[in-house]
Amino acid sequence: MLPDQLDVKVTSQPLHGSGVLRFVRECPPYRWAAGLCSVFGIQSRSLTVAVPYLWLLAFFLAPFLIVFKLSFSEILIAMPPYAPLYEMAEDGYLQITLHLENYSLLFQDDLYWKSYVSSLEIAIVSTMLTLMVGFPIAYGMARAPRPWRLPLMMMVILPFWTSFLIRVYAWIGILKPEGFLNMFLTWLGVIDEPLIILHTNIAVYIGIVYSYLPFMILPLYANLEKMDISLLEAAADLGCTPFKAFWKITFPLAMPGIIAGCFLVFIPAVGEFVIPDLLGGSSTLMIGKTLWAEFFNNRDWPLSSAVAVVLLLLLVVPIVWFQRLQAKREAQLN
Amino acid sequence: MMISKWSWFNKTSIIVGFSFLYIPILLLVLYSFNESRLVTVWGGFSTKWYGSLLQNEGILGAATVTLKVAAMASTMATILGTMAGFSMSRFGRFRGRTLFNGMIYAPLVMPEVITGLSLLLMFVAISLDRGMWTITLAHTTFAMCYVAVVVQSRLTSFDRSIEEAAMDLGCTPLKTFFVITLPVIMPAVASGWLLSFTLSLDDLVIASFTTGPGATTLPMKIYSMVRLGVTPEINAISTILIGIVAVGVVITSVLHKRREAQRAKDEMLASSAP
Repeated sequence: MLPDQLDVKVTSQPLHGSGVLRFVRECPPYRWAAGLCSVFGIQSRSLTVAVPYLWLLAFFLAPFLIVFKLSFSEILIAMPPYAPLYEMAEDGYLQITLHLENYSLLFQDDLYWKSYVSSLEIAIVSTMLTLMVGFPIAYGMARAPRPWRLPLMMMVILPFWTSFLIRVYAWIGILKPEGFLNMFLTWLGVIDEPLIILHTNIAVYIGIVYSYLPFMILPLYANLEKMDISLLEAAADLGCTPFKAFWKITFPLAMPGIIAGCFLVFIPAVGEFVIPDLLGGSSTLMIGKTLWAEFFNNRDWPLSSAVAVVLLLLLVVPIVWFQRLQAKREAQLN
Repeated sequence: MMISKWSWFNKTSIIVGFSFLYIPILLLVLYSFNESRLVTVWGGFSTKWYGSLLQNEGILGAATVTLKVAAMASTMATILGTMAGFSMSRFGRFRGRTLFNGMIYAPLVMPEVITGLSLLLMFVAISLDRGMWTITLAHTTFAMCYVAVVVQSRLTSFDRSIEEAAMDLGCTPLKTFFVITLPVIMPAVASGWLLSFTLSLDDLVIASFTTGPGATTLPMKIYSMVRLGVTPEINAISTILIGIVAVGVVITSVLHKRREAQRAKDEMLASSAP
């Protein structure tokens, strides 16, 4: 019988190799993990939750509370460059001073509120552009012959594994005045003078569309692939033009994929730093760039904390909305 | 029907789309072999920029730091992330579950500038010396959330009856995890490690915030070079990095294919056994 044969095979295999190998084989990880747990008198189950939990509390939640605290602080020429929030007053009382200047500055100074508005603007425009570029590609992939689909999907994911910075850098060489795009267009005879694209908002749009295209294509493709084509055939049989059938059938059915793709592009695009910094110009205002400059160039830690807190509040609205939508959809499916 | 066919429109959009995705990368690789210092003018084939790269100690040092950070951070992130993913899918409702879920998902959508700033402020607040270690801690934190999500989604499609069978036969929960669960979810854990490694290798913003004197990572080095201007050296580094990724992807897919073939063979043997 098969189980017996397998048994013999396992026991007849000699334990060869060095002493270390033998030790590893004879003392597998679960044994020393169990030993460790019993030494400290803890259940393995509570340890499994507690370790990542405490890690995230220490390195994710605590840092946020510090940012929040610091945003009410005052800049000081010292190291670290901020004033303490509370101090012991002479008569033994704890004195807390909340400085709201950082927040009022965000709304008074043009630079800051304009950065927020223009970040949202750039993110919305580039999300729409990514959708327009990504949809035909995802659609074509979903209609491709079955054996082609997996390789095509791999090819969409592959650029995502290469460095983000390098992919943005590649566009500098293409978009600059003496770059490939202008050389190509001059050679075609379309233009006489080089187009100025690098260091404008157009370059930022191109950069965002290029970098985040996989995030748009993948949810769209997953959605479109599941679509029942016979619906389109039925529409055509009933005299619907392909254009109308697209808007009446394909588009509404692809809506979950469109929303997911737009969300995945919009959220990181709002806080983007590398693309506006390398491809954008001095007139390109984006909040990630402003925060970076405030922190590294002006060394105003309290103000950059306030910038971060407000940016987070801006992003919480779409994130919560998206979460609710996902939860509702899941409830519907069940 | 015409609609169900792969129409010319579909083909064109795929060809144009993939050209858009790949032409910038191809140009970058091609011009790393350019003789001329001008990046966009072809001056003949040469590998001299690779040679000058090998003599650039700043770049070599940065590459070493990056690899060390990525190796350590991705290993720690895989261990912590697997624990977190396991807790999320197996332990049902425990106290503080909502907060836990929130802390796992939030770093995935958090702007990098905020993550970087907050971690730096904390390292300053507890007056930890900044350097390679603080970058590693920061990378571990955001990468473990990706691993947790990957592992959790693998565990939801996991056949729990084999775990139950092991425990019925007297296996402790801990042993069941290492002997039954872990080998089955290993591909997900491995891809989580790979994802963490590339995320760490790639990161510029969080590393710039959390670094200290003396610890420069490769993205930071490349960034400062790019700010000074486009040079063939950057193309050469980029080509090497792209090459490593390409080789990695090819090896993974070959291994995956081989494993699938092995599994198919095993299944055939098992079904043909008396």
